[in-house]
Amino acid sequence: MIEFKLPSLGADMDEGKLLEWKVKPGDKVKRGDVVAVVETPKAAVDLEIWQDGIVRELVTQPGQTVPVGTVMARLAAAGEAPAAVPTPAGRHPVSPAARKHARELGVDVEKLPGSGPHGAVIVEDVDKAAKGGAKPAPAPAAAPPADKALAMRKAIAAAMSRSKREIPHYYLSQTVPMQRAQDWLTACNEKRPVTERVLMGALQLKAVALALKDFPDLNGFWKDNAFEPASGIHVGVAISLRQGGLIAPAIHDAAERSLDELMKALADLVRRARAGSLRSSEMSDPTITVTNLGDQGVDEVFAIIFPPQVAIVGFGRVAPRPWAEDGMIGAVPTVVASLGGDHRASDGHRGARFLAALAVLLQEPEKL
Amino acid sequence: MDGEEIRKIVLVELKRIAPELEDVAPAKPLRDQVDLDSMDWLNFLVALNERLKIEIPEADYRKLGTLDQVVAYLSAKAR
Repeated sequence: MIEFKLPSLGADMDEGKLLEWKVKPGDKVKRGDVVAVVETPKAAVDLEIWQDGIVRELVTQPGQTVPVGTVMARLAAAGEAPAAVPTPAGRHPVSPAARKHARELGVDVEKLPGSGPHGAVIVEDVDKAAKGGAKPAPAPAAAPPADKALAMRKAIAAAMSRSKREIPHYYLSQTVPMQRAQDWLTACNEKRPVTERVLMGALQLKAVALALKDFPDLNGFWKDNAFEPASGIHVGVAISLRQGGLIAPAIHDAAERSLDELMKALADLVRRARAGSLRSSEMSDPTITVTNLGDQGVDEVFAIIFPPQVAIVGFGRVAPRPWAEDGMIGAVPTVVASLGGDHRASDGHRGARFLAALAVLLQEPEKL
Repeated sequence: MDGEEIRKIVLVELKRIAPELEDVAPAKPLRDQVDLDSMDWLNFLVALNERLKIEIPEADYRKLGTLDQVVAYLSAKAR
């Protein structure tokens, strides 16, 4: 028997409200399938399941708010003898004809009372509902915008207070000349239609991911008074939301993706973050975060680590600045890359070497 | 398609990206009025490209500072 529990989707989440089940008892699910939608203080998140199985019982009901770790559903593992599927409270069997008819009429058959044998929903029940005779139970509503904004601020405050309280941050920065990266990107985008262009932000993400390969002590988690290196490089991207607040979901295996793939993943992630359709693995898996505030015009970012991660990389704007090279001063586009590191997991010496490696990569854009 | 139709489409797509946007001063720089980061800007251009089938090279971004400029640029290309 598999117990499907509400996962923690970040340090700022203690509980979640079930908005919707995407499965019902008897459904076969496989690893990675979205089985439910849960509202967290930051977003509605699609919950994925991490084992193959057959849904036996839905324990949590839509509209319920439950703490992280609560058993929300039980499943039979693959190979486990399938037991009789209990019908969850409030649900009835549905005749195939009624199901088909309901689909045609746009009626949510799962929420209808049934008048057939054993309380089964039959075609007549669907007709009645379509005519307004039997109203289906309303779907649990997401919180109104004002409450959401407040919950978001509270969640950010809790996570950042914990970070500042528990993590002994050290900060480093390095100015990186970006002429080559900028020229390379301009040449690359010149030949491309607008739908395939790559942003400097994607180039910077790739450079961070590649640089991390040699710095596993910056890529992972601080848990139970010890550093736990991560098995993959899943770069969290800080995304500001238009209604206020921010969210930092992961691009999985960022170092292994081509620049084009990374750009597509970034565009998709930003779009879904703002539309409120992120997946649970994206929320729970970031092994480091990158925050880019260059578009807002700042020179440098002193970012706060998102626990349980142990490092955060910031980028300011790419802009022409005085730069000395070969005894000459000229105006060169540069960016200030910064690192906030957790002194429990690494020292400034390692952080400085990481920034130096990042600077080298940013100056060799063709290798990204 | 005339300039007014293009203006309408530009405003619709701009508001799709920045729903909080109310009025746009047509001759003032867009980025001073709308919180657009580089991803928003790219998405805006992709949307215009899809609606109007007009390709906008990156080198032309500097010609697209204000709403009036965007409309004039697209109108010229739509001819």
